[in-house]
Amino acid sequence: MSLEDAFADGPAFIPYLAAGDPDYESSLEYVEALERGGADIIELGLPFSEPVAEGPTIQNAVVRSLESGMTPTRFFEFVEDLDVSVPLVCMTYYNLIYRYGDNSGPRPFVEKAADVGIEGFVVPDLPAEESDPLREACDEFGLDLVFIVAPTTRGERLERIMQQVSGYVYVQARLGTTGAQTSVSDQTDSSLARLSEYDVPKAVGFGISSGDHAERIVRSGADGIIVGSALVDIVAAGHEDGDDPGTVADRLETLARELKEGALSGASQRPPHSERT
Amino acid sequence: MSVDGKFGDYGGQYVPEALMPAIEELNDAYERYVLNNEDGFMDDFRARLRDFGGRPTPLQRAGRLSKRYGREVYLKREDLVHGGAHKLNNALGQVLLAKYMGKERIIAETGAGQHGTATAMACAHLDIPCEIYMGKRDINRQRPNVFRMKLNGSEVNPVTVGRGTLKEAISETMRDWATNVEDTHYVIGSVVGPHPFPSMVRDFQAVISEEARTQAHEQMGRLPDAVIACAGGGSNTMGAFAEFVEDDETSLYAVEAGGSTLEVDEEAGVAPNSASLTTGSEGILHGARTLLLQDRDGQIMESHSVSSGLDYAGVGPELAHLVDTGRVTAVNVDDDEALTAFHRLSQLEGIIPALETAHAFGYLEQVAGPDAPADSDEEADDLGEFVVVNVSGRGDKDLESAIEETYERDIDIAPNMDEFTGGL
Ligand SMILES: Cc1ncc(COP(=O)(O)O)c(C=O)c1O
Repeated sequence: MSLEDAFADGPAFIPYLAAGDPDYESSLEYVEALERGGADIIELGLPFSEPVAEGPTIQNAVVRSLESGMTPTRFFEFVEDLDVSVPLVCMTYYNLIYRYGDNSGPRPFVEKAADVGIEGFVVPDLPAEESDPLREACDEFGLDLVFIVAPTTRGERLERIMQQVSGYVYVQARLGTTGAQTSVSDQTDSSLARLSEYDVPKAVGFGISSGDHAERIVRSGADGIIVGSALVDIVAAGHEDGDDPGTVADRLETLARELKEGALSGASQRPPHSERT
Repeated sequence: MSVDGKFGDYGGQYVPEALMPAIEELNDAYERYVLNNEDGFMDDFRARLRDFGGRPTPLQRAGRLSKRYGREVYLKREDLVHGGAHKLNNALGQVLLAKYMGKERIIAETGAGQHGTATAMACAHLDIPCEIYMGKRDINRQRPNVFRMKLNGSEVNPVTVGRGTLKEAISETMRDWATNVEDTHYVIGSVVGPHPFPSMVRDFQAVISEEARTQAHEQMGRLPDAVIACAGGGSNTMGAFAEFVEDDETSLYAVEAGGSTLEVDEEAGVAPNSASLTTGSEGILHGARTLLLQDRDGQIMESHSVSSGLDYAGVGPELAHLVDTGRVTAVNVDDDEALTAFHRLSQLEGIIPALETAHAFGYLEQVAGPDAPADSDEEADDLGEFVVVNVSGRGDKDLESAIEETYERDIDIAPNMDEFTGGL
């Protein structure tokens, strides 16, 4: 199933977890729990040692995952070991993609990702200006390249990104780094408005932590929601308290379901499509 | 020299999307104010460098070093710049530019604390609020500079992630910038980061070589045979080299921190050195493609140097390119050699250098000193007759750690402090 198809039947719920957090085996269980909770696409983080776009929650997840031995090679094994049927997007930083294999650019990484069944990439430190080599490799192997649009992105830059993006566009809900928030930013609405003329699914992320947020964002016109830190918080707490991975997986599934239901409820409250545009 | 941000394959702009508009805005300001002197920006900058910064700095002949190394050794005295290091050239330039751009808040990262101190001073001078990120470990190594930043009214935010050095402080400052990008300027401390920073910082630091070149003509009637500077990110290096790059008769030496060894522990992800020009490989970090200390997979390694200002896993893209093309020679000096040079310069010339700077002098000793191995003759010859060493900063900030490190390492030319034990 392609990334766009995942948006066909209503709002898509796109959870994120760092692969291998806090360890390989538990992490497999956690990712599978997200699918049971209603995930339509899963963003899997391949940890990089300098995650500049990440707030403390995901930063710490990255540290746990790296300490448990996660590497690009292990990551691809992880994807193969996963028992999920929804499409997977690999979220990582450009240096890992660039260095993989023969160290001469992104092609070997993309080839391997396609081989294990990954459908696309999100690369937070790769702006459209520098993305041609990765875009070409993605085209060659039929993968999508998701770009982030920030509240500050406008004009020519927005145009350039929207020409390059495929799968879905990641609408960054507010300035700053990732991290769960207690309220929804107003910046989301104006970002969605700016994107309304583009014909690609719009998924909103950064700060969503509850079913209410999800509902509110989808009601405002988002085609999907991306949730990372709120889920990673559950993994972190379970790890700190020494909880059984099965219990932690149940908690993840519960929050996933709440988020998915919030999104569905938001969609049902939207004005009919013709009035929205 | 590039204005499009690419130096061969190096450079570029690899940053989160939220920062891209700010980087475009900065690039536009760089071209207008710095390159085209719009509104007399560069005149204002030069006047402030003179009156506030204490420029020009002397190009001083070092008599005892000249004798020791059998050639004319001249010192470009950046340690005499206000604040005690070349860092003020860049900090003043960027803070002033931020004012011209109408920014309301300054953030910066610092390793040795010299850049933080320079930024704090420039911000007090230009009346703009400032917050500085500094690794916890560096805070412990550089307490006097932490105090100086606070004295000048800046806030210092400790960074505890990772090993708590410069690399983590840069990441943390980028996070702040991504959050507050609309009214905040990030004063990056070296010729690193996304375009236009590497070019812009080089241009602000180029005053070093501009003066040195003129002074060499005035004092020697010719250009130097070699210029030697220490390289962390590479800002004093690029500043000292910039105006000589086209002068083929002048050799350029970038001296990196060899740390305790050039061997790398891949398993532990640790490089016990900061020699990214000598041992690094190509990759993307903190906004630029450049040479990095990284493992096989592309994870960035923890670096090490006795001097916190050199303790960084990357290096400026332009310097990496100049080394690749053979215009600049990259060499390295280990912790012990640097510490010994720190004592030697203090004893022979009455100049206590920064531990960073001491690396540059360590190289002279390595190839041209009385105990230099016989096979270094050729390298010594390559330095030529007239050598300029860039004294990037003074060592006051390093006294605490120099005392500690000296005794841990048994540096044989160090002063004997035993008679004072208990009294100190
Ligand atoms: C005195 C001094 N020299 C050199 C450096 C290294 O930086 P760069 O290579 O950018 O000049 C520092 C950094 O803090 C410094 O304080």
